[in-house]
Amino acid sequence: MTAHAHAAHLETSTGLDNRKLAIWTFIGSECMFFATLISNYLVNKGKSLVGPFPHESWTSPSGQHFEPIFEIPLVTLGTALLLFSSLFVVLALSGAQRGNRKALLGWLAATLACGIFFVGMQVYEFTHFVHRGLGFTTNLFGSSFFTLTGFHGTHVTLGVLWLATVWVDALRGKLPPSKSLNLEMAALYWHFVDVVWIIIFPVVYLIK
Amino acid sequence: MLLRTAARCSFPWPAALGLLALVLAGCSPDNYPQTTLLPRGDFAKIADDLLDTTVRWALLVFVLVEGVLLYAIFRFRGKPDDPEPHQTHGNTTVEVIWTVIPALILAAIAVPTVRAIFETNATPGKDALTIEVVGHQWWWEFRYPEYNLTTANEMHVPMGRMVSLRMGSNDVLHSFWVPQFAAKRDVFPNRETRMWFTAQAEGDYPGQCAEFCGIQHGRMSHRIKAQKPADFQAWVAHMQTLKTKPTPAPPTTPPPKPRPGQKAQEGPPARPESIAAATGAGEKLFLAKGCIACHALNAFDAPKGMVGPNLANVGARSYIAAGTLKNTDENLARWIRDPQGIKKGVLMPNLGVTEAEAQALVAYLRAHK
Amino acid sequence: MATRVLDQHHAHAAAHGEKNGLWSWITTVDHKRIGILYGATAFFFFLLGGVEALLLRIQLGSAENTFLSPDTYNQLFTMHGTTMIFLAIMPLSAMFFNFMIPLLIGARDVAFPRLNAFSYWVFLLGGLFLNASFLFGAAPDQGWFGYANLTSKQYSPGLNVDFWMLGLQILGIASLAAALNFFVTIVNMRAPGMTLMRMPMFVWMSFITQVLLLLAFPVITVALILLMYDRFFGTNFFVPSGGGDPLLWQHLFWIFGHPEVYILILPAFGIVSEVLPVFSRKPLFGYAAMVFSGVFIAFLGFGVWSHHMFSTGMGPLADTFFALSTMLIAIPTGVKIFNWIGTMWGGSLQYQTPMLFAIGFIAMFIIGGLSGVMHSSPPADLQQTDTYFVVAHFHYVLFGGSIFGLTAGAYYWWPKMFGRMLNERLGKLHFWLMLIGFNLTFFPMHFVGLHGMPRRVYTYPEGLGFELMNQIETAGAFVLGVAFLVFLVNIFQSWRKPRNAPADPWNGATLEWAIPSPPPEFNFAEIPTVHGRDALWELKRQRGGPLPEPARVSGAGIHMPNPSYWPLVTAFGILGFFVFLMTLGQTGIWPVIASFGVLLLGVYKWAYEPAG
Repeated sequence: MTAHAHAAHLETSTGLDNRKLAIWTFIGSECMFFATLISNYLVNKGKSLVGPFPHESWTSPSGQHFEPIFEIPLVTLGTALLLFSSLFVVLALSGAQRGNRKALLGWLAATLACGIFFVGMQVYEFTHFVHRGLGFTTNLFGSSFFTLTGFHGTHVTLGVLWLATVWVDALRGKLPPSKSLNLEMAALYWHFVDVVWIIIFPVVYLIK
Repeated sequence: MLLRTAARCSFPWPAALGLLALVLAGCSPDNYPQTTLLPRGDFAKIADDLLDTTVRWALLVFVLVEGVLLYAIFRFRGKPDDPEPHQTHGNTTVEVIWTVIPALILAAIAVPTVRAIFETNATPGKDALTIEVVGHQWWWEFRYPEYNLTTANEMHVPMGRMVSLRMGSNDVLHSFWVPQFAAKRDVFPNRETRMWFTAQAEGDYPGQCAEFCGIQHGRMSHRIKAQKPADFQAWVAHMQTLKTKPTPAPPTTPPPKPRPGQKAQEGPPARPESIAAATGAGEKLFLAKGCIACHALNAFDAPKGMVGPNLANVGARSYIAAGTLKNTDENLARWIRDPQGIKKGVLMPNLGVTEAEAQALVAYLRAHK
Repeated sequence: MATRVLDQHHAHAAAHGEKNGLWSWITTVDHKRIGILYGATAFFFFLLGGVEALLLRIQLGSAENTFLSPDTYNQLFTMHGTTMIFLAIMPLSAMFFNFMIPLLIGARDVAFPRLNAFSYWVFLLGGLFLNASFLFGAAPDQGWFGYANLTSKQYSPGLNVDFWMLGLQILGIASLAAALNFFVTIVNMRAPGMTLMRMPMFVWMSFITQVLLLLAFPVITVALILLMYDRFFGTNFFVPSGGGDPLLWQHLFWIFGHPEVYILILPAFGIVSEVLPVFSRKPLFGYAAMVFSGVFIAFLGFGVWSHHMFSTGMGPLADTFFALSTMLIAIPTGVKIFNWIGTMWGGSLQYQTPMLFAIGFIAMFIIGGLSGVMHSSPPADLQQTDTYFVVAHFHYVLFGGSIFGLTAGAYYWWPKMFGRMLNERLGKLHFWLMLIGFNLTFFPMHFVGLHGMPRRVYTYPEGLGFELMNQIETAGAFVLGVAFLVFLVNIFQSWRKPRNAPADPWNGATLEWAIPSPPPEFNFAEIPTVHGRDALWELKRQRGGPLPEPARVSGAGIHMPNPSYWPLVTAFGILGFFVFLMTLGQTGIWPVIASFGVLLLGVYKWAYEPAG
């Protein structure tokens, strides 16, 4: 009796495909990564020696005045779009699993659009902050904020790249239902990136 | 043959006996000036009592468990063709017992531990002597706010009065370790840490920095001089006279005996010429070479944030360079001329001091007692 | 006879596509070969770390010694610690994870063969990167735990800290990749019938280790990133003048650092749990307790970290919490020791070399555990921490524990891995020299520490009473050196033997002893079905005697994954990324981006390459 080493998904101990288990495990590890970054942000909250500050105005010793730096409406829009993109990728996955090429390509494109908007929003936000006087090394708030949201944004960008390659595969007919796991893995990662943001948004932007 | 016997006899007797001899020989206190095992202060006694408790339990557990292991090694020795032994998988009763008993032993350690944690973290009363400790790369600064005094590397304390240490660092993390009277506490550049002790024996005790702090971490010793209260007060009074100028050194040549009929000389003895010349030259060099930029010479109302140790009483200290060298004239001259060669990386630069200049500086500093 | 066996082997290997030669090793995705690569590389680094230790011991052999300058000493003690932890013990454990886990669970391979290969190459490149610092005269010199703010640019302006910081990041990636692979392998690729509670104990301990790796390494990754931002870009996470806090580093480091020490010891726990039953000829005592105590240790291991920080003045509540949690963790640890003795109790003890090292492990780990309990009481620890007492404690658990355990594993599994036995007489000599040398070196440290010798000091003055103990320790270190020479001789002489070790030289209880020594590429011709623990003993019991020597089958029709060089390419992308990050000032951002591009290319090609 021979066993095919790579039909493992038929015979795994849990019944789950190795790759699906792997992505969940990876997500678990990444949770610790972001938990540490978020903790670092919280530990440094209120410890900055100089402004600008997230929720209060501040006047520098030299007389320069800084308004609270956050622009909540814009970020809220980006957050909403990111949340919707998780729905879109679920719909895309459903299309992939049913062999519905139009649904797959359409919803996946919508996911990508939201993701790209989110990253664009962040690039705009970061650039604007720098212009308004909050740089990476200006104070502990700036350092912690840019580190945390920067790493999140990098994860979003990598997610966009991953989803884009899956989209290209789908376009070239290389994503039949039997290969939908490829999209499912990217979608799981995408959901994770979204959940991290759901924590970061209130902790950083909303709670004072 | 020997190997086969050795293989059967698992207990390394020679090593054990050697170690026992070592242990017995090693415990004489005079051999270990920096030992933690001879507490002479209240804080150190708390630590030592806990050590005692834990060591007793540890020894008991050690003898029991290693004993059982040894017994098993000999008792259950088998041969390859022995029958299969009884295939036990476990024994719930035994397993519960050997889970509960360690838990109880740990509880017996935990109770005095928690008590001692709160005791050692208590704030000393108002009548404690506050001493501020500042760690520097690689020397210790001591300040007595009550007396407006600053000194370095050698801390005088009165016996029988609680000392309350308020500690920080000028640069990186260090740790102030007073094994005979207290224990150790790390010092930080951005927060104050505290420790307290009451010296219960007189004497001169060494301690060392105990947190790796850079190239010369190994050469950052201090000394605690525990004195009788009257002696300590005398020291304080003396130190408070060390203001801007050094006190003139007592003459090494006695004043001339009055010839018969002549009246004895009145007034303070004149400074012998040689010493005045020497200290005067040294003083000029101290300024010219820039020593004054890093080292203050007054103990009373001394400036803060100096790069180098306060030298007001350096002439009287037992060691220089934070315990690196005994404080002899020769060593002091060597140090002044080549600090980098003696303590590589130290912040004091080699200033190209000649031998003659060194002699003058040594005389000047020696006058600072 | 010997040559015919060899010819047969080569013919078989060639027929099966398993070649020899450098390229086949570079592109291998065979977990057994990767295990050997890990082992050889780790052993080399272990010897390097040992030489570093000998140099330290020469310097400390007499008071006021000038054999080493202070900066050289500081580099050597930092590299000794960093090497032993990250380049020796962890990858030696990885050697056994790689070689043995699939065999122990009745699998043909790991879940992700290329990810597995990738983790090895990243480890190798990381180890070389870290040691390349010596060539620049800038080896890390801030201690293996690199406390801020000594590590800030202001107080450590040279490349030393940069090498350490970036080197550890590279090694962290290797560990995470490997952990991901083994986690999935253990969860998902067990033979039919092998429930979790039927797994061999080495697999359980390794499983828990992978979980610890996955959860602990991200924390130090963040800590190192923050340190890098401080040093390279001028942030102030750990710089007091900018509002930062050096203590934050300690918290982050030890939240990683404490689980790390369990990562270092659990595999050895697992090995000893395999060796003792076989050489006692009875099952492991209290299997369930061993599993649950391991899980409990892992959980609790995340809740004790500040016992490394008792001297920082955290306040009585924090001190109390961590003292109690540390004492608590002693309970499951103690339980394991009693279970091991319980395994021996009533058995028929066979004193071949693996057993000697396993027993040595127990004896030494008891001592290390007890000194650990002594540390758990903060007021007492305030005299012990940062002295040689602590150095004694952790060497008893890491050397007396991990190294003795790993050595037991080496002697035990050597015939399976290499098809040759190690010599018994040399093995016993190795054991005694190691036991005596180890205790001579480290036992006196308990005393010299309590007598006032701090750690990490490049010299000590006369008059403090440290000389005699240091001399003994130095002598002991050289005895240890001889012990390892004996081991090397043993390894070399075994290499010259024919490759004809039996499949089951020890009367083993687990599945790896049912297949030839060394195993064929596909491990099992037929995936076994497992009906209980100690599956092989059960099988032998049913048959009424030992199994016949398994035949070498061709394995035709069994498909194994293709070799690949993309893992290596990706590893080079990672190396480049970090090297050019270090030279950012001189070489600018583009080489960093280009390296990242190589990384992405490697990953892309790897993902789309047919796995076979």
